[in-house]
Amino acid sequence: MFGYYLKLALRSFKRNKSLTALMVLAIALGIGASMTTLTVFHILSGDPLPERSATLFYPQLAPESMDGFTPGDEPNGQLTRFDAEALLREKRGDRQAMMTGGGVAIEPQRAGLSPMQIDARYTSADMFTMFAMPFLYGNGWNAKDDDGHARVVVITKALNEKLFGGENSVGKSVRIDKADFRVSGVLDTWRPTPKFYDMNGNNGYGESDQAFLPFATSRDLKMGRNGNMNCWADSGKDPEGETGVNAPCTWIQYWVQLDTPAKAAAYKQYLINYSNQQRAAGRYVRPTNVRLRGLMEWLDFNKVVPGDVRLQVWLAFGFLLVCLLNTVGLLLAKFLRRSGELGVRRALGASRKTIFLQCMVEAGAIGLAGGILGLAFAWLGLWAVRQQPTDYADLAHLDPSMLLATFALALIASLLAGLLPAWSAMQVSPAMQLKSQ
Amino acid sequence: MLDMRQVTKVYRTELVETHALRSLDLHVKEGEFVAVTGPSGSGKTTFLNIAGLLESFSGGEYVLDGENVKGLSDDARSKLRNQKIGFIFQGFNLIPDLNIFDNVDVPLRYRGMSASERKLRIEDSLGLVGLSSRMKHFPAELSGGQQQRAAIARALAGSPRLLLADEPTGNLDSQMARSVLELLEDINQQGTTIVMVTHDPELAARAQRNVHIVDGMATDLSVEPSLARVAEASRRDSATTTAS
Repeated sequence: MFGYYLKLALRSFKRNKSLTALMVLAIALGIGASMTTLTVFHILSGDPLPERSATLFYPQLAPESMDGFTPGDEPNGQLTRFDAEALLREKRGDRQAMMTGGGVAIEPQRAGLSPMQIDARYTSADMFTMFAMPFLYGNGWNAKDDDGHARVVVITKALNEKLFGGENSVGKSVRIDKADFRVSGVLDTWRPTPKFYDMNGNNGYGESDQAFLPFATSRDLKMGRNGNMNCWADSGKDPEGETGVNAPCTWIQYWVQLDTPAKAAAYKQYLINYSNQQRAAGRYVRPTNVRLRGLMEWLDFNKVVPGDVRLQVWLAFGFLLVCLLNTVGLLLAKFLRRSGELGVRRALGASRKTIFLQCMVEAGAIGLAGGILGLAFAWLGLWAVRQQPTDYADLAHLDPSMLLATFALALIASLLAGLLPAWSAMQVSPAMQLKSQ
Repeated sequence: MLDMRQVTKVYRTELVETHALRSLDLHVKEGEFVAVTGPSGSGKTTFLNIAGLLESFSGGEYVLDGENVKGLSDDARSKLRNQKIGFIFQGFNLIPDLNIFDNVDVPLRYRGMSASERKLRIEDSLGLVGLSSRMKHFPAELSGGQQQRAAIARALAGSPRLLLADEPTGNLDSQMARSVLELLEDINQQGTTIVMVTHDPELAARAQRNVHIVDGMATDLSVEPSLARVAEASRRDSATTTAS
């Protein structure tokens, strides 16, 4: 019977073209607006490392002075170099990496290429395995390279294209900040969204780093760093200034992999003990205050989804609701205008349930048509988002899951909109209708 | 075939109760052609709606082809209606945007027949009413008589045991009315039971039996000949009222 209902629905569309077009347009506008905002929300609130996020944690400590201290304050969002290097040395997690962002100059050896400035990440060996970063050629460096301040570099596929024309460049030399580095690996495409491992700048939606170097090497070469830095005292005595080991400044991001909840609990206790030791040693003055947030919790805490995006989602769904209410009215008018026909069908053997299903199939067909047009509107909406000067603009694309969600939403919305009209239609009294014809 | 005993129908509103049928008794045997007459507002249409399972009744018993219909669910009533009853209406009630073939197809669809069987039945029934050449025409392209023939074909396509006709010639000129009546007589002769509600005395006279409904109660004029004159007068009054 489904085919018959569909045939009747199509016939009904032909009969009331303008009314049908209005309903399809109403659903399409609602779906278009909702899917545009929902796609942006989905991109911004998605899990950047779905297979690893449950085991990745971000520790926070409170190394600052008592200036401006308020009990219950959130601990600092980054670590001092001293603390990061201490935690890294003690290796209490399954894997761990310290890191910070920077900018470096590359002098290409390839003819015709000018020197370029790129974003780099100064990090430690575990980052590649901990974040499951995919390699096209070679691999990352190891802890020995970290300890030995090795001049090795991992470059992205895009940079490899530029510098080496895309060929396997492992073992080749790259001149970075006037020093020669050996390429140990070339990453395949990897762009976690948001860039969870460093939420400084662009709220985590900026371009990815193009080169990864050992942190210790970057300090040897005094490579330029960027991102937030919070200092609470003068660090003039340290020869490296604010980036020195003992500088009273937080500027390092630190990630640790803890494979079980028990390990996470133990690591938190370790952070508490570490903090207590630092207090005992006189380095920390604030009361012990540590946090160990999981990756997704860390993203939530940093409010990676801007408030206006959340508001837009609510507004768009409000708009969809208004569109649906309009559709309910139009469907009601459409079905009740056909009371005579429905009465005849009832007299000829259609049960109430049959009439209800016939009307729901018609509502669903309108929903599907609305979904197709809504998809076009969503594409247009996302194109408009990409024209905006926002950090996440270039990420606004429909992925297959959102494509599927568009049709599911359109179908569900139209079926919901069809419930009341279909229920009213099935209540039509055949006797009354047949008499009035 | 149709057995109604002490059937009542009461319409209730907040202010008033209207008794449309009062203890109506009616028995129609298989293969009969019964005309139901009565003045306007007497309860004829209510009787027809109840007989056709389009309306429920307030009290009494109604057995259709051996099945007591009291308390049946909407699904069961719809199924029974689809399988055992054919309707012919005064206003034809064809679906305007379906062609004649598809109009006749409607009751068969609800019976869940295969496409080939439906096609066979539709062609047979349209052939029976002389509309084989008009299958692809839409109702608006046919004359009133042809539309009523198409409606009869639709009623017959499912081979119903009972045909309920409500003023089947009411919207037709005399020539077309005659031809439709002849068709109904043919159908009856082939064994289909027909119950026809009509104001038309000539039409009623051609039925095998006349039942007169007044104030929601039925009187069989064949067993109450003394009331036949009263019924005749009532019909005349009614015809005059309709004419004026």
